[in-house]
Amino acid sequence: MSGARLEIIERNCKGCSICVEFCPKDVLEMDVFLVTAPRPEDCIKCMQCELLCPDFAIKVHDE
Amino acid sequence: MAYDYDKSIRPGKLPHIWCPGCGHGIVMKGLIRAMDTCELDRKNTAIVSGIGCASRLPGYLDACTLHTAHGRGAAFATGVKMAKPEMTVICCGGDGDGTAIGGNHFIHACRRNIDMTYVLMNNFIYGMTGGQFSPCTPTGAIASTTPYGNPDQVFDISKLAIGAGATFVARTTAAHPREIDKLIAQGIKHKGMSIIEVLDDCPTTYGRRNKFRSVIDMMKHLKANSVSVKAAPKMTAEQLEGKFLTGVLFEDTEKPEYCEQYANVIKKAQSA
Ligand SMILES: Cc1ncc(C[n+]2csc(CCOP(=O)(O)OP(=O)(O)O)c2C)c(N)n1
Ligand code: SF4
Ligand code: SF4
Ligand code: SF4
Ligand SMILES: [Mg+2]
Repeated sequence: MSGARLEIIERNCKGCSICVEFCPKDVLEMDVFLVTAPRPEDCIKCMQCELLCPDFAIKVHDE
Repeated sequence: MAYDYDKSIRPGKLPHIWCPGCGHGIVMKGLIRAMDTCELDRKNTAIVSGIGCASRLPGYLDACTLHTAHGRGAAFATGVKMAKPEMTVICCGGDGDGTAIGGNHFIHACRRNIDMTYVLMNNFIYGMTGGQFSPCTPTGAIASTTPYGNPDQVFDISKLAIGAGATFVARTTAAHPREIDKLIAQGIKHKGMSIIEVLDDCPTTYGRRNKFRSVIDMMKHLKANSVSVKAAPKMTAEQLEGKFLTGVLFEDTEKPEYCEQYANVIKKAQSA
């Protein structure tokens, strides 16, 4: 089963776009200065976005 | 799935002060995971730093933390460990803090082989004060104080640590997040001085002056130029030119640890 729930903590996100660039499945996108997750169904839960976010601003949840 | 960092962060401390894309946040998350791996009791863990953007790290963590004077993290950490050898002591800071003003404290803490883990965030610059060159700024690079290119040769922090006597020395980068916690955890478990050098990025004062168009370019640069110690022996000298060796670079489990040596001195003095 692929797909995940991506939680974005908007208060913490500084819009660096590291998560967008290093996501292998193009799940994430920048909306000006804030990250969004328009394609959560494509997520393979590799955790790269969560591991590389310097700001504790994105979490990958199972469901 | 999602990692629980919140339990390790002091309430209300996020967002942190670091700039968008600053690698220090990635290192802090790695340190939290390593502390969890080692099941450290936060009441028995001291995290000590000097001054700089990197040295702001302990203030975010729910542990016994100490933010000291510029370059003096290793000296204060030595004091904590000598007074309370039962505590786990972690020191952290930047390249400027640890190898310029604090270079002396750094080498002597290594020489003593006192049991602590020093996480040194090397972003090749003095970030906090506006991008002056540090002993780790690459030769030829532009800093606010080297507008015509840095004429100096650089310190290889890991080699410096090995030469000075540290008994566990490892290097990785902010672009290798899983290796950060793995190596820090190994360092914490090692009895003696452990140096974990993490190469990271300062997009604000280093990146923009040195033709990195974005923080992404800097992360890709760290990734593309890292070679693991396991892969290096199969490569030629030319292929290794300008590359960062990553992984465990040195380990010695024989050399005596300083607090144990000092306990012997106390015993002898008391029975004299
Ligand atoms: C005695 C003293 N001298 C100089 C300074 C100014 N100063 C503050 S941070 C810093 C450099 C920090 O560089 P680094 O340790 O590499 O940390 P970074 O900001 O790059 O993370 C300097 C020179 C100071 N605070 N105290
Ligand atoms: S877990 Fe991996 S695939 Fe899913 S959004 Fe994050 S980086 Fe992309
Ligand atoms: S890496 Fe973190 S701070 Fe940067 S854009 Fe993604 S969620 Fe926001
Ligand atoms: S100035 Fe550099 S080191 Fe300091 S917070 Fe900003 S990016 Fe990080
Ligand atoms: Mg620095």
